[in-house]
Amino acid sequence: MMETAQEVVRLKELARSTRKHILESLAEAGSGHPGGSLSAVELLVTLYFHVMHYDPKNPTWAERDRFFLSKGHAAPLLYSILAQAGYFPVEELMTLRKMGSRLQGHPSMGIPGVEAPAGSEGIGLSLGVGMALAAKLDRKTFRTYVMMGDGEQQEGQIWEAAMAASKYRLDNLTAIIDRNGIQQDGLTEQIMPIEPLAAKWRAFNWNVIEVDGYEFTQIMDGFDLAASTRNRPTVIIAHTVKGKGISFMEWSPHYHGTAPSKDKLSDVLSELEL
Amino acid sequence: MLSRQAAMRDAYGEALLELGATDPNVVVVGADTTGSLKSGVFATKFPERFFNVGIAEQNLVSIAAGLALAGKVVYAGTYAIFVPGKSVDQIRNNIAYPNLNVKIVCSHGGISVGPDGASHQQVEDIAIMRCIPRMKVVVPADSVSTKSTIGAIASIPGPFYVRLTRPSTPIVYDSGFEYKLGRANLLREGSDVAIFACGIMVPEALKASESLKALGVSASVVDLHTIKPIDSDLIVECAKRCGRVVTAEEHNVMGGMGSAVAEVLGEKAPTPMKRVGVMDTFGESGEAGELLKKYGLTSANIEQAASSLVQGH
Repeated sequence: MMETAQEVVRLKELARSTRKHILESLAEAGSGHPGGSLSAVELLVTLYFHVMHYDPKNPTWAERDRFFLSKGHAAPLLYSILAQAGYFPVEELMTLRKMGSRLQGHPSMGIPGVEAPAGSEGIGLSLGVGMALAAKLDRKTFRTYVMMGDGEQQEGQIWEAAMAASKYRLDNLTAIIDRNGIQQDGLTEQIMPIEPLAAKWRAFNWNVIEVDGYEFTQIMDGFDLAASTRNRPTVIIAHTVKGKGISFMEWSPHYHGTAPSKDKLSDVLSELEL
Repeated sequence: MLSRQAAMRDAYGEALLELGATDPNVVVVGADTTGSLKSGVFATKFPERFFNVGIAEQNLVSIAAGLALAGKVVYAGTYAIFVPGKSVDQIRNNIAYPNLNVKIVCSHGGISVGPDGASHQQVEDIAIMRCIPRMKVVVPADSVSTKSTIGAIASIPGPFYVRLTRPSTPIVYDSGFEYKLGRANLLREGSDVAIFACGIMVPEALKASESLKALGVSASVVDLHTIKPIDSDLIVECAKRCGRVVTAEEHNVMGGMGSAVAEVLGEKAPTPMKRVGVMDTFGESGEAGELLKKYGLTSANIEQAASSLVQGH
């Protein structure tokens, strides 16, 4: 128990620094997507700093666990995580979205730690299915993780991939849905309702786990349960808050795709108690 | 030459079986058309390396990308109307942008699909695929060159689009064919007009060259099987020697092989030219032969285009 408590403290600190990097790099860039980056911080922190096996000094290590960001607009989150994991210098985050930077507006090849380009919604889960199929074929034990947005559940290809993952019993594949309820134009349930989301995934023969996206113990347990589930892929539906951690960004469709201004940055960061 | 016929799809299946036996990294992905495409024969020998994703062409392309990211050499395809038709974004963002080793091989290109009608007659795919960076585009002339091409591209890194034809077609390469990326094949050397053809229009171009010879017109015939990267040197050389150019393709004249040749010549060697192809229209139901005639895709159309250029029209 004590060990878990210490681990949660460590992960919480990483979540704080991740939010700081996201906000600083977005303010410097002057554009980008804070809302869906901030919402999924704890999920990705848990994955990269508690769950996944990888070697930042050897990004193409064949046995590494794979992570695909399907909601590619959360690139500032992924980059902040990868930098802290040691894939590239943290200072490089301040080149986000700038001419000549490796850190493209959406993930692309050539960024250490990035497995595949992303940005077009709805297609990342299929990449994970292909990777997980290859792992089974090669008798590899690494696991494949795919983070999706909730808005992109509206894309048909996700359900094509969901069917395929069930058909091939991809228990080495775990999907995570950042269920923050908001997409660019407003609330998912107003724009194009995706509920009952858990029932949909169950109907596609997936193992469905629902967690509070900010409770580290729940998130860790979710990933443990996914790893021990046989013959079925798992989806973790994480209930989250768009813009989490910054009061004026929370629940705001506007901050789906609006960067914080530079002159407000110190106020914004003060909310993180850094 | 041209007296025997064979199906490109059969050649595709044979090539996949050979690849499967020599390269354990080769995998095949299909979308409910694997019997028709003959990619399904791969499953009889290598079931664990064969994946049928059902009627889901976007998923087909992206799963292929995932397999390629894991180091596989992936052959994926269905009918050309569906890939690239339904999956351009996945081809662009999942395969071409990261330069993955996915060979997209699709059958039923062009109007010779026949009775299924316009909804199944893909005459835009060359245009779609050749404007995607890093994508290489091949339209083989017959079953012999299809088999050679399918085998050869396994060891050429990066994405390919290979377009095959539904009906059996005349054998152009009785004496064999060796695929070389970006190198077109000069089949006939002539001095009055250069005919560049791809796919099933290659045998038509050869027939046209015979009838042109009877009229006293000496025609070069080039099998321009690889439309991207295009063999600019041979195109310019033939155009300069002949002074007139005809292109022939089973594709919309907009954006296809003829357009690609025009781009080369416009910049490097402006030459009077005519394009034989589908004139920016949709097809209809009918037998392949009837359709090819109605839509102007026969040796007679090539001969006519060449003659009118020679006569200065």
